[in-house]
Amino acid sequence: MTLTDPAPATRTADRVTDRTSARAFVDTHVVPYADVYDRAGRVPEDLLQRVAEAGLWAPFLPPGSGGAGMDLVTLGEVHEEVGRGCSSLRSLLTVHTMVSWTVQRWGTPAQRERWTTLLGSGQVLGAFCLSEPGAGSDTSGITTTAAESGGGWVLNGVKTWTTGGQRADLFLVFARTAASIGAFLVPREAPGVRVRPIHDMLGTRASMLAEISFDDVVLGPDALLGPSGFTAGMVLTGTLDLGRYSVAAGSLGILQACLEASSGYAARRRVGGSALRELPLIQAKLSDMVTDARAARLLVAEAGRLKDAGESATLMATWVAKYFASTAAVRHAAEAVQIHGANGCSPDYPVARLYRDAKVMEIIEGSNEIQRITIAGQAEREKTT
Amino acid sequence: MSTTAKDQILTFVRERYPQAEIDASQDIFALGFVNSLFAMELVMFVEKTFGITIPNEELRIDNFRTADTMASLVARLSADLAVA
Repeated sequence: MTLTDPAPATRTADRVTDRTSARAFVDTHVVPYADVYDRAGRVPEDLLQRVAEAGLWAPFLPPGSGGAGMDLVTLGEVHEEVGRGCSSLRSLLTVHTMVSWTVQRWGTPAQRERWTTLLGSGQVLGAFCLSEPGAGSDTSGITTTAAESGGGWVLNGVKTWTTGGQRADLFLVFARTAASIGAFLVPREAPGVRVRPIHDMLGTRASMLAEISFDDVVLGPDALLGPSGFTAGMVLTGTLDLGRYSVAAGSLGILQACLEASSGYAARRRVGGSALRELPLIQAKLSDMVTDARAARLLVAEAGRLKDAGESATLMATWVAKYFASTAAVRHAAEAVQIHGANGCSPDYPVARLYRDAKVMEIIEGSNEIQRITIAGQAEREKTT
Repeated sequence: MSTTAKDQILTFVRERYPQAEIDASQDIFALGFVNSLFAMELVMFVEKTFGITIPNEELRIDNFRTADTMASLVARLSADLAVA
């Protein structure tokens, strides 16, 4: 199979407006090719273009800004469907969502005017630069600096594990200023920006990871997104929250893909004269997948509903949803491989990719250890209320 | 308006940190309880409860140090909303 989707180029892509249309899009344009993308280590340009034609890049933006005003519950459902098909593509959507939302929420009118329509249409793809070689989500470890100079800024440092970094046009970069931390919008073509592709990761291998170096990158005053200091904390927390929500939905998508692959395989595969699905131990695995998928779906939907309502409780609800969905995805991806036996370890079935992709979900957008500490803190407060 | 806002804000903070004795003039950041997660929750709570959007230029830590300062912010932004 080639990397190129053979669907007629003249076909007019249907706009994705809900779970049903997202599922149809993913089943047509993503599922048949996800393993090819995984092996190639990239998502092809024609799929990125189809995603744009379907209005998938940032549908939550207002209609006048390249979006469709999609609510976040529906966005979660769409990201679940994309995650069911290909975690690498969902990862690209996640970081683009983070950048687009951040510009819309925290940008000045001029920044929104310059970027949102381009981001909403997918003409400009965004990537999120927080992690560094010596620091993950820990902002106190950030060493990238942004020094005020001539009314603007000069950026120096290295960011790594940047999802979509090989392809992105606009980087949202967190850097240390004289006062605290600032969030900066940095175009890829800015002199001094260098992109080094990172290959052969364990999972989400087609998400086009990169290390991004900033060497005396001169930026204008309009590169700063919102005031630095207190607001930068808001930007980071809000942006990571939305990313976490997308990863929770994507983890659920992996789990659903495991369920569908395992259910189909167990129905077809025969052992000792009967279908694999007749074996009680296989039934136990499938029943747990069904149950956890439903539970994860409820948690993701609840986090989305709270976001749509503007309720502050969405932050903790999102932590819980991501923790549950990602751990469930890892657990059930392992069982999906087990159900498939040696076939599950081969490149001929999707479950090996799902297994590798699932593990990544426990690490990104806040490791699960950090999540458990945060959730445990909530438990303490609830106990004493 | 501001008295009601102050009470509602205090109730929210106290619910989140029941172990602390917090009054309207205490600097909740100085108490050491506030992390970035709670700061974001606080901003969302104020926006949702009082039907306002806090512009970037008002997202200064000094506006969020105490229930008093937050209530003043709410009153100021609500007045702007009424005028608009």
